[in-house]
Amino acid sequence: MKEIRRLDDVRMDEVHLSTPVSAEAIRSLKLGDVVYLSGALYTAREGVYRQVVDKGLPLPAGLRELTNVNFHCSPAASVRPDGSYSVEAVTATASFRFGKSMSVWFERSGAKTIVGKAGLTELAYREWFVPHGAVYLTTVGYGLGAMYGRSIKRVLDVHWLKELGIAQACWVLEVEKLGPFLVEGDAEGRSLFALANHEINLRIDEVYKTLPPPALSRFGEVLSRKDEVV
Amino acid sequence: MPAIPAKLIEDTARELMARAAIDIPPDYREGVRLARDREKSRLARFVLDEMLANWDIATAERRPMCADTGLPRYYVKLGNEAAVEGGLVGLEKALRRATADATASIPLRPNRVHPLTREDHNNNVGYHAPEVTYSIEPGGDWLDVTTVHKGGLFGTDWRMLFPGDGIPGIKRFFVDTLIESGKRGLACQPAIVGVGIGGSKDTCMRLGKEAACLRAVGSRSPDPAAAALEQELTALGNHIGIGAMGFAGTSMVVATHVELAHTHTGGMPIAIHQFCLSSRRSTARVFPSGTVAFRTDPQWFTDYYRRQGIE
Repeated sequence: MKEIRRLDDVRMDEVHLSTPVSAEAIRSLKLGDVVYLSGALYTAREGVYRQVVDKGLPLPAGLRELTNVNFHCSPAASVRPDGSYSVEAVTATASFRFGKSMSVWFERSGAKTIVGKAGLTELAYREWFVPHGAVYLTTVGYGLGAMYGRSIKRVLDVHWLKELGIAQACWVLEVEKLGPFLVEGDAEGRSLFALANHEINLRIDEVYKTLPPPALSRFGEVLSRKDEVV
Repeated sequence: MPAIPAKLIEDTARELMARAAIDIPPDYREGVRLARDREKSRLARFVLDEMLANWDIATAERRPMCADTGLPRYYVKLGNEAAVEGGLVGLEKALRRATADATASIPLRPNRVHPLTREDHNNNVGYHAPEVTYSIEPGGDWLDVTTVHKGGLFGTDWRMLFPGDGIPGIKRFFVDTLIESGKRGLACQPAIVGVGIGGSKDTCMRLGKEAACLRAVGSRSPDPAAAALEQELTALGNHIGIGAMGFAGTSMVVATHVELAHTHTGGMPIAIHQFCLSSRRSTARVFPSGTVAFRTDPQWFTDYYRRQGIE
């Protein structure tokens, strides 16, 4: 099979995974494959990571055994007056913010598949994902809230609803053919967005040729905080 | 003069919340379809095809198109002759009630939290939430209520430029902002890009936001310099080489809207806002007779709103 070196090499093969996702299935995912998930997954982002990674609270009972898929997501959900749940739309939140929690999280949760928005860097994958045999799937759009939402069959459980609120709680969801997602970080720690950024960067000097730097700089544009900005 | 019933405003605002969350405005949808047809990148085209399908599902199943239902807020245009039952305090009470009810009934994601403690009331209501922004229109006994649901983490920036930076300086800042949040698709492009130029810092921030959220795709600024800049910036944005989700491509900007305010003679403050693949807005005109007319074009930027003379 041709090695993926540029975006044009991506085949976008359709792949259907069931949870918990097997180590073999994870290893076989190629950058840019179009993935659909069936089974169970849970949402966890900074609120849940604060509970488990920072405060050291135990993972909700049975979660590790049920599934190894963590969705970086807050659903558009509510609790009905009779105590049942309404989850109508789900989309991901940007994952780069959670990088520092991931290593401990993988150890504690046994998660092997992260679904989120916009991925992390190849450095982050190599440091935090590859040692735990984990891969990253990115949602598409972004904003396929209705499409993803209709694949939710049932709310299996909600943890830390009171402590974290609806948006940050850990929602355990049964899903059927939830997707499409794209394989963004593979088992070797390669990134689809890194390929895209490489191609974008080839044009950048050309784009900026007629655009002069501004009269007044900002910190960040000058590299030392001791530099002048004028 | 009969007053507009507060209950009617509350019911209308609740309905606006649902329409905004669920139904993509046709002007933006058509803009994305055209961007899709121009796009050569297979991956970026795939993204836009899925978005078009998602909007159909949202409308057919009455589900929010995106789970990040943003920071729900209101823009109210008051006809100069309009009277509201309970006055403007009654109006604001109705809008806050509608926000809390809609958050549970649609449902919207309760995004609003205390910024320090992160406590969530689970109803999108709190300090200065929802924001209500007002404008006035001569000669009407109605009021227009518009709601906008916009996510807000990526794709916005502000900068103090100077007259010497000129149009090339504006273009550079525009490109900087688009690339910064365009890679990996953080801004959820292709967007309606609003550019506020001039005024005080807060004026340009407000105008840029309103230009992105409250003008329909296809509208043009009546100011010739601004209208020319709108076309140039759209072409420039799509020339950068970034498409949907940050894949190399062309689908970066659906439309650019430039709004101006007279500014300090020594400065040229500028703000850029990008309204995303879920460009959600919905408007209703509420009459004292009880009639309500819904639409998707807010018609916020009227000649009176952009007025520049003394009278």
